[in-house]
Amino acid sequence: MISFLLKRLFSLILTLFVATIIIFILIEVVPGDPAAFMMGLSTNTDAADALRAELGLNLSAWDRYFNWISGMLVGDFGISYTYRIPVSELVLDRLTVSLPLTIYALILSTIIAIPVGVISASKRGSFSDTFLMGTAQIGVAIPNFWFAILLVLLFSTTLQWFSAVGFVGWEAGFFPVLKSLTLPAISLALPQAAILSRVMRSSVLEVMDEDYIRTARAKGLTKRQALIRHGLRNAMIPVLTILGLQFSFLLAGGIIIESIFSLPGLGRLVFQAIAQRDLIVVKSIVTLLVLAVVMITFLVDLAYAWVDPRLRERGER
Amino acid sequence: MSLLNVQNLSLSIFDAEILRNINLRIESGQIVAVVGESGSGKSMTSNAIMQLLPEGTKSDGSIWLNDYQDLLKITEAEMCEVRKTKIGMIFQEPTKALNPLESMGAQVIEAIKLTEPGLTRIQYKEKAEIVLHRVGLENSRFPLSTYPHKLSGGQRQRVVIAIAISQKPKLLIADEPTTALDVTTQAKIMSLLKDLILQDNMGMLLISHDLGVVTDVADHIIIMKSGEIVEEGPTAHFFNDIKHEYTKALFAAAMQKGADKFVADYDEAVLEVKNLKKSYKLSGGETLKVVNNVSFKIKRGENLGLVGESGCGKSTLSRCILGVEPFSSGEILIKNKSFTGQKELRKHINIVFQDPYGSFNPRHKVARLVAEPFYALSNSLSKSEINEKVKDMLKHVGLSASDMDKYPHEFSGGQRQRIAIARALITEPSVVLLDEATSALDVLIREQILELLEKLSDMLGISYLFISHDLSTVRNITDRILVMKDGIIVEEGATAEIYENPQHPYTKALLDAAPDITKTVSKLKA
Repeated sequence: MISFLLKRLFSLILTLFVATIIIFILIEVVPGDPAAFMMGLSTNTDAADALRAELGLNLSAWDRYFNWISGMLVGDFGISYTYRIPVSELVLDRLTVSLPLTIYALILSTIIAIPVGVISASKRGSFSDTFLMGTAQIGVAIPNFWFAILLVLLFSTTLQWFSAVGFVGWEAGFFPVLKSLTLPAISLALPQAAILSRVMRSSVLEVMDEDYIRTARAKGLTKRQALIRHGLRNAMIPVLTILGLQFSFLLAGGIIIESIFSLPGLGRLVFQAIAQRDLIVVKSIVTLLVLAVVMITFLVDLAYAWVDPRLRERGER
Repeated sequence: MSLLNVQNLSLSIFDAEILRNINLRIESGQIVAVVGESGSGKSMTSNAIMQLLPEGTKSDGSIWLNDYQDLLKITEAEMCEVRKTKIGMIFQEPTKALNPLESMGAQVIEAIKLTEPGLTRIQYKEKAEIVLHRVGLENSRFPLSTYPHKLSGGQRQRVVIAIAISQKPKLLIADEPTTALDVTTQAKIMSLLKDLILQDNMGMLLISHDLGVVTDVADHIIIMKSGEIVEEGPTAHFFNDIKHEYTKALFAAAMQKGADKFVADYDEAVLEVKNLKKSYKLSGGETLKVVNNVSFKIKRGENLGLVGESGCGKSTLSRCILGVEPFSSGEILIKNKSFTGQKELRKHINIVFQDPYGSFNPRHKVARLVAEPFYALSNSLSKSEINEKVKDMLKHVGLSASDMDKYPHEFSGGQRQRIAIARALITEPSVVLLDEATSALDVLIREQILELLEKLSDMLGISYLFISHDLSTVRNITDRILVMKDGIIVEEGATAEIYENPQHPYTKALLDAAPDITKTVSKLKA
């Protein structure tokens, strides 16, 4: 188990290292002057020179890379060109919105998807199966921004249960935050839940055909008991992979939903940074996202090992 | 009173008739064997008794348990109760029959909990240990926390048996319990089952495709074909007077009478293995010698058998010979040239795998599948020339040219193995490896495939390296046999000699373990 973890950890660090090199090359080393690019149309050479000095572009590429990495290791991501505040502050601030939103959306999608998948699998071909999977199909097809607008119209405009836009901030306390994130989380969760429930359904169907389910039935378990005691854990394995992918996607992929609800999230930050050519912010956020994806993959691997004894053993060899 | 009394059982799935008028009776302490090839309905009979049937099944007749409960009439809840306490079941594929995510102890305890709820954890553990001990898994070597993947096929089958008997059933259904196991393991599992039946005075329904396996243990034999019982009788008199043609064919297949074989006398060695060694490093710094100093030669037209149980290194050896696995030291010569996977030499050697279902890409047509080696190897043949060759080869293996446009799922297991043979022979190799090539087939189909292989060998002058865990399978087709154990060739000799006069104790054990219907029948007649 320990060596399994170490191996995973090693490949995690290696991935991160390779990713930073690629990001660095793409943004700073390939031909073209980042400073001039960031200045945009203005041709003020003094300002460009100042920026060049600020970015450390006078140094060699190797030194710049080293400075960048060593800075990041102690939490120094540089200073945003447009906002004029440290990038780390900026990103942390946005994470307090994006991270809870992502987790909220994933929890919702899991809570919906797993029962839906299990019910439709155990009643394959029945009306409820057709109905649930039809709904899931619609859920995949509906654009989530449109669904978000519908939610706003219903719950904010008509019923006035939730405010339509904005984020109250963590000073307001846990429940107000939860409330202001509810509609965006539902909009984000809907398509994810639809995909996840289809994965869950096919996974359960596959597992129910396994021989060990028959063994369980021969012991005298009912179909439902066999599914719950022996089927679910086995069926969860592919679902875990999808969950990991969805987490990384939602973390910065919620830009449209963030815009609709005027949430100061990571997606909007990166979008604005790209629009304003703030390469320092772009670079940092992309690196952070890589870190998030790699960490999530690592956690999913851990979860696999926790579920599946065969993987634990493989690490030992 | 009968333990189980099946009367006029008929069964259909979506209007396709599966079983017709099945009558069978099992008393306590009695073993009734149902023998037939796949598709004969024997497994369906056992699933019907267990009421574990696929959707869309309609059944007719009655299945009386203890003369008072008709399993076809009771509710699902009552049936769960019957499965819990009255009937235990053992399945064909022990590697798949256990939940891979749960320890064996947990799976046995779950079964005990269902029949005896309300005990303490320690009591459950004790009971589980006792029942595992009964099936030969002592707690000291196999603690309850052992996961199934740590166990061999035979050990897993023991766990499945432990689960079944832990509920103290009156009736045990064993559906091909040893088919997936090695010969020696097979013999041990069969004798374990027989002992348990006697000790607990259970009745057993034993289902098999192999008459040889059941003859030794069964009290009563039933032969099934196409959903019907064609012949039956108590084992003691059964073989005196076999009436049905099908039974005779099964009997002949189980006899495996040895015929005189033409022994090749060419001197040219098509494949030579010299001092081949292959070892793996284990975590503790130890090395595991999987193949340890193996040397042998195959002459042109000669058929060599390589026999040993799973784990003896024969699969690793075959992978080395095919050039897909590097070896530690030694040499492999094909036509006197050193072979480590070069394309030019590769066309001289090919393989037929065990599983006729798994060895084809399901989305390719037969024409493409058989021509595959041409695509993999550089060749100068045009498309139409390849097509001609494929056509010819299909005819050689007993299929027709019109089969070229079909997909693998349209064929039976035996036909697929013919396609696999066509694919192996299309490049006109000198040596073909047959890796358990007939193990997954029904006995009668197996005979046909062996005949085909023999014919092709005579016709095309190909040598076979026939790899198997079963000595009796290779008996008819090989000239010489190598017996392998723990990476070493322990015995080598002409096939007839090995059978008549085995020298090594391991070879003797293998021969003894193989079900020998001739011996059993002569014992019965005596």
